[in-house]
Amino acid sequence: MKGRQRIMNMTLLRTSEAFNMDKTVVSQLSKEKVYETSQLNLWYGEKHALKNIELDIHQNEVTAIIGPSGCGKSTYLKTLNRMVELTPDVRTSGEIKYRNRNILDKSYKVEELRTQVGMVFQKPNPFPKSIYENVAYGPKIHGIRNKKVLDEVVEKSLRGAAIWDEVKDRLHDNAYGLSGGQQQRLCIARCLAIEPDVILMDEPTSALDPISTLKVEELVQQLKEHYSIIIVTHNMQQAARISDRTAFFLNGEVIEYNNTNTIFSRPSDQRTEDYISGRFG
Amino acid sequence: MKLIDKTIVAKKMPIRLVRNTILKGLFFLATTFGLLVLGILLYRIFAQGIGYLDWDFFQNFASRRPEEAGIKAALIGSIWLMIVVAPVALLLGLGTAIYLEEYAKKNWFTSFIKLNISNLAGVPSIIFGLLGLTIFVRALALDRSVLAAGLTMSLLVLPVIIVAAQEAIRSVPRELREASYGMGATKWQTIVRVVLPAAIPGILTGSILALSRAVGETAPLVVVGIPMFIAFLPKNVFDTFTVLPMQIYNWTSRPQEEFQSVAAAGILVLLFLLIFMNSIAVFIRNKFQKRY
Repeated sequence: MKGRQRIMNMTLLRTSEAFNMDKTVVSQLSKEKVYETSQLNLWYGEKHALKNIELDIHQNEVTAIIGPSGCGKSTYLKTLNRMVELTPDVRTSGEIKYRNRNILDKSYKVEELRTQVGMVFQKPNPFPKSIYENVAYGPKIHGIRNKKVLDEVVEKSLRGAAIWDEVKDRLHDNAYGLSGGQQQRLCIARCLAIEPDVILMDEPTSALDPISTLKVEELVQQLKEHYSIIIVTHNMQQAARISDRTAFFLNGEVIEYNNTNTIFSRPSDQRTEDYISGRFG
Repeated sequence: MKLIDKTIVAKKMPIRLVRNTILKGLFFLATTFGLLVLGILLYRIFAQGIGYLDWDFFQNFASRRPEEAGIKAALIGSIWLMIVVAPVALLLGLGTAIYLEEYAKKNWFTSFIKLNISNLAGVPSIIFGLLGLTIFVRALALDRSVLAAGLTMSLLVLPVIIVAAQEAIRSVPRELREASYGMGATKWQTIVRVVLPAAIPGILTGSILALSRAVGETAPLVVVGIPMFIAFLPKNVFDTFTVLPMQIYNWTSRPQEEFQSVAAAGILVLLFLLIFMNSIAVFIRNKFQKRY
């Protein structure tokens, strides 16, 4: 709680310096928080991958995480739905509160967390099943059996991911027949089908061509109306285009976290400026 | 400045091309050699045994007179053996493979166990026979029953099934598991809905090959003490019985010339049984692959 207050004050201080208490900034800061991270540390065996992370994620916003390779941005993202635990030898300390409950607590069941927090991966990873079965997978594992409900969920999710028109006539074809960009939007649809609260995206466009990238970016803009989105990207233009807030990670630390406009126009840390101006990374 | 001397490249070119051609020929010869030997073997067996292969051959029990000798007891016995071996070996093998690949912690002890399982696949079958004799026939007092022989055979093929299933499970991409876990699936749901469907062709191929081996294996059953000459069918798994390879072995060791032909007919039956089993494997594999 103290940590959260502190980071808020710090953020306020920085933005007020930069924007002279711009009204929009203040209104954004008052938005409800989805995640509150305080004093998060993470080790892969001996390697200290995340150091004292303090970061709050706000509702119905796109939060971008940028930084050079190996800075811990993907690790942080995977910690938010505890996928990081699939890696052997991971230890964590500190706290990540999701809707006021600490998800790092042993009593928090990952299955329960992941029904609220969906994830889209770097490489499109549809199941070797039909398009329909891919989207219906999530609801089915959560016990939804009713065919009519499933049909509706599939259509709604595919529409939500802006791919319905392209696949509505071949729902029962294999998903591997789709192009890379379509596969990634299918994966987004699959993620929407569990009706999550938050969507984590781990470099979702890095394997896609420019046109597919554009489509996914437009989609992200639409989705934030209903979901809170956290996106890891090594494409800074992408972060600038689509995010509301940006966090800059370096060597496992959050160097700067602020309004995206501020980060890209008036970064307060020299290292942030060096990175976004392309001097390293 | 050029680092690559083109004259050397040009000089080496003919040697490279000749080597390429020679090796192609060698590989072709290797294939032909195997096929040729197999062809001769099949021709001999067919020529010798086909005359004895009639309806009576399947209807009659073993007999001292070659013209009356039949394969009924052995064929039904082999099917009985499969009824015991298939479920026991598949369930234990698949279960072990799933545990080792999906649940067990990756440490030196697990690696040690995996190494030993691969090693067991190479242990001579007669050793498994001795193990079966000690445990199932004597200690558990199952006598020379279908059950005792079936469990012994299950032990024999278990390592092969485990290794094949492990390979198949390991070859399922990590991304698919992550996609499933990422939507809140439990480990069990991920295994049943994602991992196993993707791994099943590999698992089945390995398993049916292993089961074919169990059908054709003789040594462990000799040690267990399965009789070679029997004139009744087992009524349940506690009855004694005989199997195809035992019966064939028995016939080939008879002094009369005609029994050699009877044995050839027996081998034909065994071959057809194996072809039948392998076709099932191919059929199931294709069926599962079509779903993707």
